[in-house]
Amino acid sequence: MNRHLISAGDLAKDDALLILDTAEELARVSERSIKKLPTLRGRTVVNLFFEDSTRTRISFEAAAKRLSADVINFSAKGSSVSKGESLKDTALTLEAMGADAVVIRHSASGAPYRLATWVHGSVVNAGDGTHEHPTQALLDAFSMRRRLGGLEGRKVTIVGDVLHSRVARSNVLLLHTLGAEVTLVAPPTLLPVSVGSWPCEVSYDLDAVLPKSDAVMMLRVQKERMNAAYFPSEREYSRRYGLDRDRFAKMPDDAIVMHPGPMNRGMEIAAEVADSARSTIVEQVANGVTIRMAVLYLLLGGEIA
Amino acid sequence: MIIRNVRILGGEPVDLRIADGVIAEIGPGLEGPESVDGGGAIALPGLVDLHTHLREPGREDAETVQTGTQSAARGGYTAVHAMANTSPVADTAGVVEQVWRLGREFGHCDVHPVGAVTVGLEGRQLAELGAMADSAARVRVFSDDGKCVDDAVLMRRALEYVKAFDGVVAQHAQEPRLTSGAQMNEGVVSGRLGLTGWPAVAEEAVIARDCLLAAHVGSRLHVCHVSTAGSVEILRWAKSKGWNITAEVTPHHLLLTDDLVEESPVGAYNPIYKVNPPLRTRADVEALRAALADGTIDVVATDHAPHPVEDKETEWSAAAMGMVGLETALSVVQEAMVETGLLDWAGVAQRMSVVPARIGRLTGQGQPLQVGAPANITLYDPSVRTKVDPSAFASKSRNTPYEGMTLPGRVVATFLRGRPTVLEGKLV
Repeated sequence: MNRHLISAGDLAKDDALLILDTAEELARVSERSIKKLPTLRGRTVVNLFFEDSTRTRISFEAAAKRLSADVINFSAKGSSVSKGESLKDTALTLEAMGADAVVIRHSASGAPYRLATWVHGSVVNAGDGTHEHPTQALLDAFSMRRRLGGLEGRKVTIVGDVLHSRVARSNVLLLHTLGAEVTLVAPPTLLPVSVGSWPCEVSYDLDAVLPKSDAVMMLRVQKERMNAAYFPSEREYSRRYGLDRDRFAKMPDDAIVMHPGPMNRGMEIAAEVADSARSTIVEQVANGVTIRMAVLYLLLGGEIA
Repeated sequence: MIIRNVRILGGEPVDLRIADGVIAEIGPGLEGPESVDGGGAIALPGLVDLHTHLREPGREDAETVQTGTQSAARGGYTAVHAMANTSPVADTAGVVEQVWRLGREFGHCDVHPVGAVTVGLEGRQLAELGAMADSAARVRVFSDDGKCVDDAVLMRRALEYVKAFDGVVAQHAQEPRLTSGAQMNEGVVSGRLGLTGWPAVAEEAVIARDCLLAAHVGSRLHVCHVSTAGSVEILRWAKSKGWNITAEVTPHHLLLTDDLVEESPVGAYNPIYKVNPPLRTRADVEALRAALADGTIDVVATDHAPHPVEDKETEWSAAAMGMVGLETALSVVQEAMVETGLLDWAGVAQRMSVVPARIGRLTGQGQPLQVGAPANITLYDPSVRTKVDPSAFASKSRNTPYEGMTLPGRVVATFLRGRPTVLEGKLV
């Protein structure tokens, strides 16, 4: 394992499998009535969140606490950052406090790489701009592996705003590493012009891809894209790329539906699809804590008691 | 004064006698009282930069006319064109005269202010181009550099208007809507890194339009910092029509590529590589080199853009765009063009001194080194290779992408009208 987890592309297959397997072990801990392990006692994990993301922050916080780490939550709002402090100065402050790991969420792509040049502790990317969100990809892979029994040769379809999606980037890299076959489906405006160089297939036709999918991951459409001429209207997007009941019926009977949340119900995914038994959306949240425990545990070199 | 043992454009060793700021005699074994030993260095006509940001007035924390021209002298330059995007903007006779006077006062090299095309670089109303042309600064180059004059009517009027005083509009070709929020070259690397792409077409479309406009009104157009292979194709076509168009390329676009943003010795997403126009691909670099060699691109211009440390030690999207370049330009051109066999030293002199002076309509600069010419001379030793050390720069800023890189050549001495501004690599 590297010292940091910034890109899913940094994980070799063995690393990724080690994280998933470790998470399986830790999942058993989560099933106990006392969920806490002493492995990271005395270690400090800082949650450095420059973007509001209560879901991800709580997930990392729960993961660190279950491993008995001391957790410091640093939110940019109302802090020295809102008074104009630079990322570098914030990093040096955390360094002086002796952070063993910094979990960073930032609106600027690449911010975790910059942070890693200024701190000695491990840097975990909790989502950077439109770049990556590797723990999301890991929890998605974990969820798929549990439902589908394995990822080798599985067909995973990722649908939506790939251009601006850090979830899509991390998933394409990790799923490729793990031997799955990824197909991206989106209107051409929401795909990078260079998507042909990615290790995946690309289609503009969701209906053609659905019957061949073992898992379908719907991406959130951000409100700000809706008014920026990426597509004509919400309704047209929903008609062409939304996973409604009719499309859901075209999927194989054992195929699963995923969404990293938060969802726009009725836009990219119909409510009854999101709530169906084949949806892993709630599991994904639970698995998020487990996978983040595994990541912190492996990066900080704890031992399973 | 005698400058001994120099090789004009890399030719046979000679001595130069300098008297009253002019080259008085050229030949072997000249006798005279004072002398400077050239040590067999190559003698070039003093370099002329068409594109320098001196930052004064307004951002004296990044650079001043004094430090910027010291930096220029160390790079072998005897004249620079100071871009207009200062604060206040150089859009009036008052501001251009202020910059011009500061240049005269410090005397490290000649400073020729560039005037803004539009008031405040806002792209709405023509600045008083005639007043700037008639001022003591005698402005001939006009540019909204950093911003594109994207309004086609305004660009047409500017091109027409400057004909009255033989001016030239130097366009920063960048279609603003296509580059809204753009961070780096749009391509394979930007897609992976999740950085908003800066498509080549945003540059090429404006260059194509401007060439057609310049042809239509019979004006002179200069294209700043050409960065793409497609731009080269358009310029080649426009020049084949005989239109009065010139173009420049920066040293960094001749050497560096966009994959440095992903992988480099200074880490991923290091804004030291953030620049406008962005670093492009290897294919673009090859096309730019070929174009500079065959004359499609006329000159090398540095786009020396100093920024203080805190404007670069940030996350990528928050960082300022630009690189310092005056003190490394000749070395980079040697590496990219001379070592590759694309240019000889006569070709370098054309592209870094003679032609830029001609485009800027400078009379006392860019003259071939011959008897009677002003003694603006750069002595350059191409035989050494050294590691770039930004702490040695005369520039106030250190934002160089070449730190730690080994580059060929060293400016030994620079003479401005016979007076040394740099000797043995050090400011005089």
